[in-house]
Amino acid sequence: MDGMHVNKTRLIVIGIAVLVAFLLPFVVGSYRVFQFNLVLVYAIVLLGLNMLTGYNGQISLGHGAFYAIGAYVAAIMMDKLGVPYWATVPAAGLVCFVAGFLFGFPALRLHGHYLALATFALGISMPQILKYKGLEHWTGGVQGIVILKPQAPFGLNVSQDQWLYLFSLFVALFMFWLAWNILRGRIGRAMVAIRDHPIAAEAMGINVAAVKTLTFGVSALYAGVGGALGAIVVQFVAPDSFVALVSISFLIGIVIGGLASISGVIYGAIFIQFVPNIADEISKAAPWAVYGLFLLAFVFLAPKGVAGLVQLLWGKAEASWKRTRAQKTTLQS
Amino acid sequence: MAFKNMYAALVIAGFVGALLTGCGEQQSTGDPGVTDTEIKIGNTNPYSGPASAYGTIGRAHTAYFDMINEQGGVNGRKINFISLDDGYSPPRTVEQIRKLVEEEQVLFLAGTLGTPTNTAIHKYVNAQQVPHIFVNTGASKWDNPQNFPWTMGFNLSYPNEAKIYAMYLLENKPDAKIAILYQNDDYGKDYVHGLKDGLGDKAESMIVAETSYEVTDPTVDSQIVSLQASGADTFFNVTTPKFAAQAIRKVYDIGWRPLHILNNVSSSVGSVLKPAGLEKSVDIITAVYWKDPTDPQWADSPDMKEYKAWFEKYYSEGNIEDGFNVPGYVIAWGVAELLKECGDDLTRANVMKQMALIKDVEAPLMLPGIKWNTSADDFALIESGQLARFDGEQWVLFGDIIGN
Repeated sequence: MDGMHVNKTRLIVIGIAVLVAFLLPFVVGSYRVFQFNLVLVYAIVLLGLNMLTGYNGQISLGHGAFYAIGAYVAAIMMDKLGVPYWATVPAAGLVCFVAGFLFGFPALRLHGHYLALATFALGISMPQILKYKGLEHWTGGVQGIVILKPQAPFGLNVSQDQWLYLFSLFVALFMFWLAWNILRGRIGRAMVAIRDHPIAAEAMGINVAAVKTLTFGVSALYAGVGGALGAIVVQFVAPDSFVALVSISFLIGIVIGGLASISGVIYGAIFIQFVPNIADEISKAAPWAVYGLFLLAFVFLAPKGVAGLVQLLWGKAEASWKRTRAQKTTLQS
Repeated sequence: MAFKNMYAALVIAGFVGALLTGCGEQQSTGDPGVTDTEIKIGNTNPYSGPASAYGTIGRAHTAYFDMINEQGGVNGRKINFISLDDGYSPPRTVEQIRKLVEEEQVLFLAGTLGTPTNTAIHKYVNAQQVPHIFVNTGASKWDNPQNFPWTMGFNLSYPNEAKIYAMYLLENKPDAKIAILYQNDDYGKDYVHGLKDGLGDKAESMIVAETSYEVTDPTVDSQIVSLQASGADTFFNVTTPKFAAQAIRKVYDIGWRPLHILNNVSSSVGSVLKPAGLEKSVDIITAVYWKDPTDPQWADSPDMKEYKAWFEKYYSEGNIEDGFNVPGYVIAWGVAELLKECGDDLTRANVMKQMALIKDVEAPLMLPGIKWNTSADDFALIESGQLARFDGEQWVLFGDIIGN
């Protein structure tokens, strides 16, 4: 009975959150809509990275590269091939899935810090690869590609920003639903088992190599979908948009939000979207020092991520609520 | 009678209509960002990230407006200069500019820094019809009044700088055999186009070799060797600092002694010529257009004295040796002058109108003889420079002001 009850409240909370997310673009200004749209984009990327790092234990410092590939696939398809924006999102995901899957093979041989370095190499080389002469015809070189913002379809009476936000929200909900299904099932348990004890997992009959490479592919797919949405929202891609720092901020996002937590990626996305701006407002002289302070504060106050903290507080609230209810029933009897 | 009445009614209607439209025009002067006591101006600069060395420019702008405000502002209005950090990342520039335009409701944007960052907002600001002026990069695309009537650059653009070299060569070395090394991107191509434009018909006969390098290349040694083999006696070096230092060293080491023209981008003594070797850099030529605060010959000029006084009082935390502070100061000066010209007609349309009416303005810290000029179909603010030769210690100006 109790378990049912918890699930019910959780469902209500999720329902309210989705409702708020839907109503948000109609109550805040278009600049804020744009910012929250970026939060959705980052949340999708972080979800993919959290599958890889949080659930499967493979550290990636190079997800900015997949994010960039997704963005460029979308931009090139829209700008050079005239493909509609919505069709570029699955295409970008697919391209990144293949790229991630292929990268997953060499990654099999690398563990821990070595994998982190190998992925980091991917992250730092991406901006320069995008400037490469042979690809310039497609990528636009350093100049990048400017893309047009899509109009709302079916004559809907919403602004471009509102429409894009709603579109991103639909994609995000779908990606979250997909992730939830993957992670709570057999594959999800296999991923966690590999993270916790690869030898035991193999002994239990899990195909470690297959699960690890597939996780890499799916994780890259999420980054690609996020990248494509990000490119459409920002209307511009250039190598300078995808420096190595992007990859690191993604990792910061999942750690701050909470490793191996689906809801955590939302907190992480909010952090990487808003904290740099807050830091800039506090100090022009050393915004990164302020950012660092925020980072330290979060790591100390919420060592299991914001999601962990929320769960802790939620549990305490629930326990005290149960206590008072129990007291009431004893008093009544 | 009825006819007469109708006539009168028409006249009255016309009169009332004219009054109403008149009122409408007056009301339209209420553009965002202006009150009786304040003018809001937006800006982005990389205070963090890979290009944070430029951040001092934004801080210098702010320090200049602090001074203006302490002196009572412009026409009784204080300047509220809102400068945000974009970390040199185009998506963040878009975000910050949208914040400035939509939330802060600035009157206009000034001094936004960086080519990729400004490219990201180019369409947006023109669609929103927000003046995007004193854009702080050397790309040529900011001078495009037909398609982007709300954007105007600040710097001497790369092609215009290259034209200065072309004019110098046509006059002083008309039989030059030119070899070009350029970075294979927008910036490099801007220079090459500018040089060819400047040489005109003679470009084909004068340019004997051109080769490019990628930012990803480890060195430019092989390019230098092949350029020397072309028999050129003039070398146009269009490279960013790291490659410029390599090129200077290699040219010297293989015994090539061409007339060496180095683009202004890499004219820093500290970060290019010193690493290359000061003795190897002797006689290199470059074009400059503002005064170097460390150059003793300007120590007594009134504008430099004023600059240094301002620096001490309002920007004491900055580094006076840092040449980037000069454009920081000059752009802010330009914005203040622009506001004076606009008077009380502080609309976005009037801001652009006044920007296109700049005539022979001698700004502080510009080299003597360099004047700002714009018109409705010419959005290039600075189009002239003076050549300088490196004497082993510093750049020594020579010749006249070249360019328009």
